[in-house]
Amino acid sequence: MVDFIAPVIVAQNLQKKFGELVAVEGISFTVEESEVFGFLGPNGAGKTTAMRMIQCVSPKDDGKLEVFGMDVNTHQKEIKKNIGVVPQENNLDPDFTVYENLFVYSRYFDIPKKESKERVNSLLEFVQLEEKKDVMTYMLSGGMKRRLILARALVNNPSLLILDEPTVGLDPQARHLLWEKIRGLKKQNVTIVLTTHYLEEAAYLCDRLVIMDYGKILVEGDPDNIVKKYIGSDVVEVDNTKPVISCLDKTDINYETLDSTVQIYTNEPKDISDRLMKECKFEKITVRSATLEDVFLKLTGRKLRE
Amino acid sequence: MSIMSYFKLPSLSYRVLKVWLRNKDVFMTTLKVNLLPPLLSPLLYLFAIGLGLGTYINNIEGVSYIEFIAPAMIAVSMMYASFFECTFGSYVRMYYQKTFDAIIATPLTIEEVITGEMLWGATRSTINATLVVIIVSIMGLAEYPHSLLIIPFSFVSGFLFACLGMCFTSISPNINTLTYPSILFITPMFLFSGTFFPLSLLPQILQYLAYAILPLTHIVMIIRSLTTGSLDIIMLGNFVWIAAASLILFVLSVNLMKKRLIV
Repeated sequence: MVDFIAPVIVAQNLQKKFGELVAVEGISFTVEESEVFGFLGPNGAGKTTAMRMIQCVSPKDDGKLEVFGMDVNTHQKEIKKNIGVVPQENNLDPDFTVYENLFVYSRYFDIPKKESKERVNSLLEFVQLEEKKDVMTYMLSGGMKRRLILARALVNNPSLLILDEPTVGLDPQARHLLWEKIRGLKKQNVTIVLTTHYLEEAAYLCDRLVIMDYGKILVEGDPDNIVKKYIGSDVVEVDNTKPVISCLDKTDINYETLDSTVQIYTNEPKDISDRLMKECKFEKITVRSATLEDVFLKLTGRKLRE
Repeated sequence: MSIMSYFKLPSLSYRVLKVWLRNKDVFMTTLKVNLLPPLLSPLLYLFAIGLGLGTYINNIEGVSYIEFIAPAMIAVSMMYASFFECTFGSYVRMYYQKTFDAIIATPLTIEEVITGEMLWGATRSTINATLVVIIVSIMGLAEYPHSLLIIPFSFVSGFLFACLGMCFTSISPNINTLTYPSILFITPMFLFSGTFFPLSLLPQILQYLAYAILPLTHIVMIIRSLTTGSLDIIMLGNFVWIAAASLILFVLSVNLMKKRLIV
């Protein structure tokens, strides 16, 4: 383990191109020690590219990117030694059992055999897979595979953990179990960088996050503040009909129209709904708390990306 | 991009052995399945062609026909082992199993992963060649102690075919296209490298071509000298050719793979 007072990751004007396509266009951010930092954004926003640059498997084209105070293009081995990675796509070794997967992986980090055996056993306990020890990995369920990949990412006791959509495709039980493991790791001062499409996951886990689109960072902050700043505390929803729109147009209320509903972002939901009932005589009004998902859709639009 | 970027010397560490170890561990778990096929096919050739067809041939370059093809069968077993390990085997690990992706998330680099794969390919050649040498020796077709040199030599020539295979793997758009080099390169080499008949029977121009571009030609010549116990200074030339080709193909394959996988 290395001691750091400086930020774990510093990116300034970081850029990555694939031919003509600019995947990451001049982003800047810092990740502090033992923080959970999230990257959100639609598919193709540049999140995974950013992750791959941080884990030193895809070299940066321009700008600055330092992990543990070292440049990612010149100090790959030193950086990778202290990083654990949960990739988006499962890449467990199908030629090995659960135990062998972790054991062989620990060898890549030069962990001595005896120490490695102990660590593998305690990691299997940590992700509750002791009973599956001698099973080939292709026999595991989706949730078990993800847990095993998390265990594999921890085999070198990393001080930085990179999770690229860690809970994709999992049932609620498996997802909550993983969330608890991730929070447990944060308590042990592991710095965590994650990407996710599940915005309640981001809200629950992240201390700070950025929302990216088209290779750029649109917002940065802690989840609660972002919601307050861009949406307000609540969302008032009414049906999207002609009388509704014409009545709303007579008031000074700002609204967003979707296919079947009209949404009003507000900090005074009671005021708004009272006014709507009085002035417009609406019968069906829904008031709910604003979420990160509202911010996400407001900033990145509702159009499908792929 | 400049052509020199394909010939950049890779920087490697002892960690290449970790990749070799990984493949060895997998090999050991399926040992029985792995040992039978390489034994079977040279045996079939030795019996069918050596003893069958060979009865009509009394003498070929001063030896019996089966003695003539026995060293070729050793050479062919080396070629097949590492070439197929580093084409289809490596392609599956690279593309379908994502094994390389998983490994480069650790302190290993892609150069080390590819080099480890090729060293393992060479090891497979040594294993297979050793098995065939044992059979050939039991049949009394190998001179000793010269033939003992075949074992270390099989690692060198296995490495050559491993690098060659890896070059094809790096440019293959999908796994099916790997059958092209197998059919268009490996099979002609199997037949026209002085394996089943002396090179001197070929037209002059094809002889030159065989020396120039068919690695198996040089390997067969060396092994034949060893099994018949007739060493010649020309073997040195063969060995230099093999070493030079290995070095060039090694550097090229690592760079090609790097270009394919690191974006």
